[in-house]
Order: sequence, then structure tokens, then C-alpha cells
Amino acid sequence: MDSANPFHASTGTAVPANATNGTSHGASVASGTSPGKPALDFGAAWEYAPAPEARDHVKIDPRYELFIGGKWQAPASGSYFPTINPSDESQLSEVAEANEADVDKAVKAARHAYEKTWSKMPGAERAKYIFRIARAMQEKARELAIVETLDGGKPIKESRDVDVPLASAHFFYHAGWADKLHYAFQGRKARPLGVAGQIIPWNFPLLMAAWKIAPALACGNTVVLKPAETTPLTALLLAKICQEAELPDGVVNIVTGAGKTGAALAGHGDVDKVAFTGSTGVGKRIQRAIAGSKKRLTLELGGKAANIVFADAPLDQAVEGVINGIYFNQGHVCCAGSRLLIEESVHDVFVAKLKDRLRTMRLGDPLDKNTDIGAINSRMQLDRIKELVASGEEEGLDRFSAPCELPSKGFWFPPTFFTGVAQTSRIAREEIFGPVLSILTFRTPDEAVEKANNTMYGLSAGVWTDKGAKIFWMAQKLRAGVIWGNTFNKLDPSSPFGGYKESGFGREGGRQGLASYVELDG
Amino acid sequence: MTRLSITKAYKMYVGGAFVRSESGRYFQVSANDKSATGADPETVNIPLGSRKDARDAVLAAKNAFDGWSARTAFNRGQILYRLAEMLESRRDELTASLQRAGLSAKDAEAEVGASVDRAIFYAGFCDKLTALLSSYNPVPGPHFDFSVPDPMGVIAVVAPAKPALLGLVSTILPIIAAGNTVVAIASKDDPRTAVLFCECLATSDLPGGVINVLTGDAKEIAPHLAKHREVAGIDAWTEDAELRAKLEAEGSDSVKRVTTHGTPVDLKWYDAADPQVGQGLGFLERFLETKTIWHPVGV
Repeated sequence: MDSANPFHASTGTAVPANATNGTSHGASVASGTSPGKPALDFGAAWEYAPAPEARDHVKIDPRYELFIGGKWQAPASGSYFPTINPSDESQLSEVAEANEADVDKAVKAARHAYEKTWSKMPGAERAKYIFRIARAMQEKARELAIVETLDGGKPIKESRDVDVPLASAHFFYHAGWADKLHYAFQGRKARPLGVAGQIIPWNFPLLMAAWKIAPALACGNTVVLKPAETTPLTALLLAKICQEAELPDGVVNIVTGAGKTGAALAGHGDVDKVAFTGSTGVGKRIQRAIAGSKKRLTLELGGKAANIVFADAPLDQAVEGVINGIYFNQGHVCCAGSRLLIEESVHDVFVAKLKDRLRTMRLGDPLDKNTDIGAINSRMQLDRIKELVASGEEEGLDRFSAPCELPSKGFWFPPTFFTGVAQTSRIAREEIFGPVLSILTFRTPDEAVEKANNTMYGLSAGVWTDKGAKIFWMAQKLRAGVIWGNTFNKLDPSSPFGGYKESGFGREGGRQGLASYVELDG
Repeated sequence: MTRLSITKAYKMYVGGAFVRSESGRYFQVSANDKSATGADPETVNIPLGSRKDARDAVLAAKNAFDGWSARTAFNRGQILYRLAEMLESRRDELTASLQRAGLSAKDAEAEVGASVDRAIFYAGFCDKLTALLSSYNPVPGPHFDFSVPDPMGVIAVVAPAKPALLGLVSTILPIIAAGNTVVAIASKDDPRTAVLFCECLATSDLPGGVINVLTGDAKEIAPHLAKHREVAGIDAWTEDAELRAKLEAEGSDSVKRVTTHGTPVDLKWYDAADPQVGQGLGFLERFLETKTIWHPVGV
């Protein structure tokens, strides 16, 4: 039969198990995994030669100061903290820790630049500066990608093909808006807000910096940006690019630090707008902290997206989409498809295919161009992932982890999924922010919608089916800001991104995203 | 012998029914202009809404959301137009009610006229806002990518104390025009006119629960709405800075969309010469999400 053919991504492991077992799908899958060999067994032919991206031409300074008012300034705090490579725990550099006095200095520089130059400059001139930044990022793309991978642990193929090109594209896209804002809001006047305090996470350090800075500058605001404490380096390289682009002093300021620095920035009395991307917990604290202050706020927070696969979907394509949805960037993605809702009739077949696919994933050196799964960003995040996975095991859920060898140094977690997950399980409700998928089933489209929407989050969702009308039907009913049909985790500067419910408010990208950085009349 | 008139019991409007407060509490409102009391006695009793009333109203609004947001934009426009007709036909009553609350005949008449016109403005906006706020996004790859506005759900409104009628109309109609449902707290200075307005709602084919109006003290009720997890957003128009800050803080627990506005006495709500005063796209988009859909393209 088919079992002789090693290339056949067989359903054979699951189907006979189901037939003999005859119980619920959870039980059948559990028994289906144990016997026999994986359907795809290439043996030694699977071994790839290492293909590391060379890093010798990339120079990381031993120490970085704060970037305030166009100059590199030593912190008033006098203290520095290390930033490490999460794949081997080696120190890459140390960066300044900004305290309240430093943040105040940066906000003053931003205010000065806003009043003296940036808000008075014609949009067409602002545009040219932003275009310059976009171009310089393209020129330095290789360097930026390598540093992003070193500092954050993500595979080089992702930083090279996704993070850096998209970040540059965001500057390029928004540059063009700077002198066309009167078309964006027809019949209404758009004014800049002033100084924006922006706090970004560690999962897409450079891309998030671009998402925040580009629209703010295009709309005539100046910014003080705080990168995440575990991934400050590419934002500091971006500061160098701003310098080289001769961006007027103080238009972009970068203050590095941890939560306290962020709190000082959000709480500063002369900040007009706070933009935060990060966890829902911290987002809520910021929203509460600035209550009564008249500051404008946009929040891009967590998610627990449903990736919904119907029986009529192209299943092999859907497998790739589900894999990309949850294991892209080790699952450190706010819009990750962390809940798979699979139509019950194809559950066993689909789970078998997922297992086969998972066995082929390559975990290891993030700088290796063949690596699929890089390092977990930090020890703290690894502990959180482990804690939630343990809760799934304690609840008695069926776990499957790819059989990869984990390097002895650094922070690693194998791509993992759980079957037989209930809606009440912690791993179905809480954002894990790691390479862990929870698999649930449904029987009807209505049930799929009900389960997909049964979460406090509402950032994204995926729908896989061969029927276009069904995608639209689902898209109308799903309460999420971004809905992907037969694809997942696609982003583009022209396409507004942002959440419903506790996934935050405000959009980034597109014409709609500009509204986060202007004051409109009428 | 003169006929003894029947006096009206003023009630809150929840789920399409006129109800008293479950708390049994009330407050009294007297007529400033005694010549305009009409059938009312000098002093009337108004329900003093409670936390439980607010929760009941949210439930009614939540239950009405699916049906209301699924109606066609054209149908929502027709219903708002019908509301304008009902308001127009009861102009005299509404004007007298505003006078009872202390407005001059001229001011009262102008406010009622502006309120009717505002209903017309949003009646005609229901099936336009989608075109104005949507986009086709030119992304690479085999995707048809577009973004559309989508209502958020239940929105709570603290209506401005003044103008009692025009303020209520101007704040709640744009919210329901886009498919949301509303729980509003009426002006405590003149709750009578708000109740009269609800009587117009009840005869305008508006499904029960789409607009719910509570009477009472915003300071007492609104924080409960800010904490309520089924409330997606709050629009608060109040001079009370402490209340504004409190609503913003309490709303954070569920990442609510909270917009607050001080209401300076000179705030203009209507200007026949300037169509951007007191109305516009900004009122509509405040409580709309943007939903982006990537649809596959291929053969």
C-alpha cells in the first residue's frame, strides 16, 4: 500500500487508528502517534550542511548611549544594562538605561523640534526625509537583518525577508502621505498631535519601530521611542540612520530601558500621544495611568487568534498556513494563529499532516539560512511558555512536540501542539506568545464563529476553505481586526492592522492608520 | 366644572419598554416655567436609575446588537428618518418641555428644530459612511485586500446636561447610525424632555433595545457602565473632570474605547451656516472598528 512510499504524506497513521479505536478524536490521535514511523522519513538525507549568514562585516559597538536631540548622550542614570544573544546567551553590547531625567530631556528635545522645525516644515519636505530613511534601510538591509537576528533570536530568513523589507516599506509608504494628508481626510483639517511617546515590544523590534515612527513623522509629530529592553539594538541602528539622513535634531529620540523607562515616558506631562504595542496587561496599566490626562492613546495588544480550517479547504496549503500562523517567529506574534479550529470530519487527517510537517522543521542557529525555528527571545518568555505548556499537560491534554534536539546554550522551545483542547483550557484562553498551538474542533460554520469569537481578544483570524463565499460569510461574523482568507500573518503598510476588544484600539498602516497621529475637526 | 387632567408617569426607556427604576428610587424635577407645565403638575417624579438598571439596559442593548447591526444601512436610514418625522410631529410638546426646563420659547423652538434636522442628517448618513471609511488596499500577492468600518457593540453615553434634547440626539444618533446600540444617561437637569424623546423613539420603528435611556445621576451610574465588560465604548460629555478621569480609568480594565469631552457653556451644538458644528464623520467613526480582510485571488 502507500506505506511503502516515503513521500506520501499519508493519512494512514491516523485513519486505521481511528477505525480500530472508534472513540473520540482525542483518543484516536493519541494512539495514532505512538505506533509506526513518521510518514516522511528521509533518514540521513534530511541533514543539511550548515549555511550561516556571515556576520563578520557587522560591527556592534560595545556600548550604546541614548539618542536625544540628534546626539548620543550618556544617561543621567549613569547605568547600563547588557543585551544578549538569546541563542547562546553571549553579551552583544550594553545599552544606557534612561531614567526620568533622561526621558524628560528626550521629551524636551522632541517638543523643541516639533515647535521649531518639524510641524512648520512643508509636508513635501518631511516626506523627503522619511524617504531618505526608507532608502538607507534598504542599503543597510543585510546589517539590520543580522543584528535583528543576533539580538532577538529570530531566524535570519525571517528578519531578512520579512522584518527589514517591511520596515523599510513602512517608511517608504508613509513618506508619501506627508504631503497628501488633506486628501486622506477630505473636508476635514488634520493637525499633528505634537510629541508622541512610543513603546514597542521585542518580537519585531525594527518593524515595530517603523510602524510607530513612520506614520507619526508623516503626520508632523516628533517622537520619543522606547525599544524593548531585550532587543534595543536595531532601534539604535535606526537612530544612526536618522542621523545620516540628516533628520533635524530631536525629531526622533530613542531612550532605552525597561518598564520603568516606559512608564516615565507614558506618564510624562508633555507627551501628547502615547502609542503602545505589547501585552494586554501592560496596555491596561498604561490606559489607567494616563486617565484624566487628555493624552491620546492607541494600543496594539495581545491576541488568541483562531485559524479556522474547513473540511473543503486545500488541506496541504492549510497545513502550511497553520504552521506559518503559529510557528512564525517562534510564535512571538501578537496576531499568531494560536488556536486551530478544525472541522471535526478532517481532524485526524489534519493532525497527522501537522505532525509530519512538524517533524521536518529545523530548530537551531538563528543565523543559519535553513533555520525555521530560532531562539525564544528571553529566559523570562521561555519560563512563561513552559509554565503554560505545563498547565496544558496538567489538564490532561495531548501534547505533541517536534522531535528536535535543543541546543545546550540559549533559550529554546520545540514547536508544539495540543489536541483535545477545551475552550476553558488555559492554553485556549491565555496568550502563550510561543510556538504552542491549541487544537479544537467544530462541526458547523456557526459553531466555528462562536468558538472563534469566544475570547477577550480580537486581533486576527484565519479562514481556510475552497469556497470564496464562505470566507466572506465568516469574515462578516468574526470579531477581529484582520481576517486572512487562505493565508495567515500577512502584513503590508497599505493594509490597516489593529484589534477589536482587548486586543487594543487604533490602526496601524493604510489611510486609516494615519488617524492615530492627527487631530481632526468635524 | 373644569376637567381634572391626567398626569404622566415619567419612566426610563429600556429594551423598548418604559420602566421604573428597579431600586424604586426617584428624584423630583420642578417646572421653571410654570405657564408651560401643560398637563404636568409643577413637580414630577423621575426614576433615579441604579447599577441594576444599567446592567439591565446593557443586556437589552447587547441583545439588540446582532439584529440592528445586521439590518441594511438603508433600513437604518429609513428608521432614523421615521424618527425625524415623529419628532417633527411632536415639536410643540418637545418645545413646551424644554420651556418647562427653563428655556425661552425662542431657544426651545430652535433646539427642537435643530434636533429634527440632526436626525435627518444621520438618517442620510447611514448608507454613506461605509463608502467614506472603507478602502481597497493594494497589497502584493494573490490577495484582494480591503478594510471596512464595523460597529463595536454596546456603547454607553453620558449625554451633556445642556442642551438636554439636542445634546442627547447629537451624541446617540451617530452611534446607532453605524449599527451600534446605546445605553445613554439623560441630562439630570431636564430628564423630562429625554423621556418625551424616548416616546418618539418608541413610535419610530426602532427595534427595542437599540437605544436605552436611563435617568438619574451620571456620577452614580456611569462608572458601572465603564466597568461593564459587555460595554465596548463610552462617550462622556460632562463638565465633571473627576468623573471623566474615573470613566477613563475604570474603562481600562476591559480596554474600552473611552472618549470624554468637557462641555464648556459656550460649546456650540448647531449652526445652520456651518454643517461641521455638532455633527459629522468624527461622531460616526469614534465607535467604529476597522476590519481588514485578505481574500484569496486565484483560479
